[in-house]
Amino acid sequence: MSHVQELVAARPAPPEPRRPLTATRIVALVILGLWAALAVAMLAMMVTGWDEAKFLRYGPRYLSGLATTVTLVGEAIILGAILSLPLAFARMSNNRVLRGIAYSYVYVFRGTPLLAQLFLIYYGLGSFRPQLEAVGLWWFFREAWYCGLLSLTLNTAAYQAEILRGAIQSVPRGQYEGAAALGLPKSVAFRKVILPQALIVALRPYGNEIILMIKGSAVVAIVTVYDLMGETRYAFSRTFDYQTYLWAAILYLAIVETLRHIWAWLEARLTRHLKR
Amino acid sequence: MSGWFSALATALDPLCGPFGVFTLLGGDGLVSCGASGWGDEIAFGVKVTVTLAIATLPVGLLLGFLIALAAQSEDRLLRAAVGIYTTIFRGLPELLTLFIVYYGLQLLIQSALGWFGIEQRIEINAFLAGMIALAVVFSSYASEVLLSAFRAIPRGQYEAGDALGLHRSRTMVLIIMPQLIRIALPGLGNLWMILLKDTAYVSIIGLADIVRQTGIAARVSKEAFFFYFLACLIYLALAIISSFGLGFIERWARRGEVRR
Repeated sequence: MSHVQELVAARPAPPEPRRPLTATRIVALVILGLWAALAVAMLAMMVTGWDEAKFLRYGPRYLSGLATTVTLVGEAIILGAILSLPLAFARMSNNRVLRGIAYSYVYVFRGTPLLAQLFLIYYGLGSFRPQLEAVGLWWFFREAWYCGLLSLTLNTAAYQAEILRGAIQSVPRGQYEGAAALGLPKSVAFRKVILPQALIVALRPYGNEIILMIKGSAVVAIVTVYDLMGETRYAFSRTFDYQTYLWAAILYLAIVETLRHIWAWLEARLTRHLKR
Repeated sequence: MSGWFSALATALDPLCGPFGVFTLLGGDGLVSCGASGWGDEIAFGVKVTVTLAIATLPVGLLLGFLIALAAQSEDRLLRAAVGIYTTIFRGLPELLTLFIVYYGLQLLIQSALGWFGIEQRIEINAFLAGMIALAVVFSSYASEVLLSAFRAIPRGQYEAGDALGLHRSRTMVLIIMPQLIRIALPGLGNLWMILLKDTAYVSIIGLADIVRQTGIAARVSKEAFFFYFLACLIYLALAIISSFGLGFIERWARRGEVRR
């Protein structure tokens, strides 16, 4: 009888296969090299063009611009959410007139550029000064800030109404029927059964909408609101220094990326009961 | 021959031709197509907007396609390289991208010329800058749409192409692309609508598009509400025409599917 006296000695791991330099890799390296060159050029520009006086002068302005942008977008999103509720319900109602009105509102605001809407409100309505003064609304349309807020709100309400409608309609019919079978009144069924499920579906589109609003809010700089973009344009018009735009780009990217990560975390957290 | 064509184009001009909207409805008013009205200026703006959007589309699609290909490559470096691209251009406001491209290109060309000892102020074409900026933004969104469309195509399709002995590029063109187009069309249609609206930003760097031309008309005639309302109406009309066109293309792309 024979049995194994000693085990096979451990052999060294096979050598790592050498990764050949394929065309894909070359392209990747070239593109990465371009990015690196761009980053170095930007850094060099910021280091050589560093001017303490400018930084001290425009730095705080940038921060206040950032705060303006965040406040403007935050208010617009909240007001738009409030406005989008009746819109979404009108869009789903059985009344044909109501549905038509809501549909055309959404279509008009999603089919025209934000810039044109802003100009229509700020310059267009602003040209009716006597009438507006007569009804006591001139204080509102005189201020670029309010006009920007109004146009952003109206715009985002249209988009949010569509998000909400899509989310509510994505909840299967059986959920309504189940709630009805349990004897829940319609309002309670909506609040406790339908809406929680709909909002989870709507979470990601809402995040995208906020990011789109942050990017879209840059247009209010054109009508003299000093948001981040407005301060950037101000600084550029004073210094003719290209760096001004780079700083704005960094700040915008920082906001959007932060928001994106917060949203990804939020989504993972809120849908943890759906994971299998 | 070309004179005949241009005559036909003039006759069928939807805005200022003999049967154009402005000619029929404008009369002698603000939007008439003569020296007294603003119809012809606005018609020119419409032409610029549409040209810009149509010129941007193929560039953006091609770039987006290449980026989508790179984003699903097995090479980690390549994925990282295009990841940076999409992150940057999806995170920046379109307006800022436009400024960065517009002033950045001028600066780049000036410094490149400076190296050769030529000191000159360069002003680059606003149309070109607008096209580049819009194409870059469009491509970074299009790459996401195309990437998810690529993921919807099963591996078996590629393997079938290999089994038939087709070259990789033939597999792509003959087998993958027709399916890809069908899957990606709704998303790409949305992006086209967004592109059409984003062209409004080029008015800020001085290109004579719809918003700029109506803005000039508004300032000169002091009828701001009327002209900006007209601008919105034109954009709306373009959106409606596009949605008809997109519906047609979608039906065309799905003509091979079995009707159930």
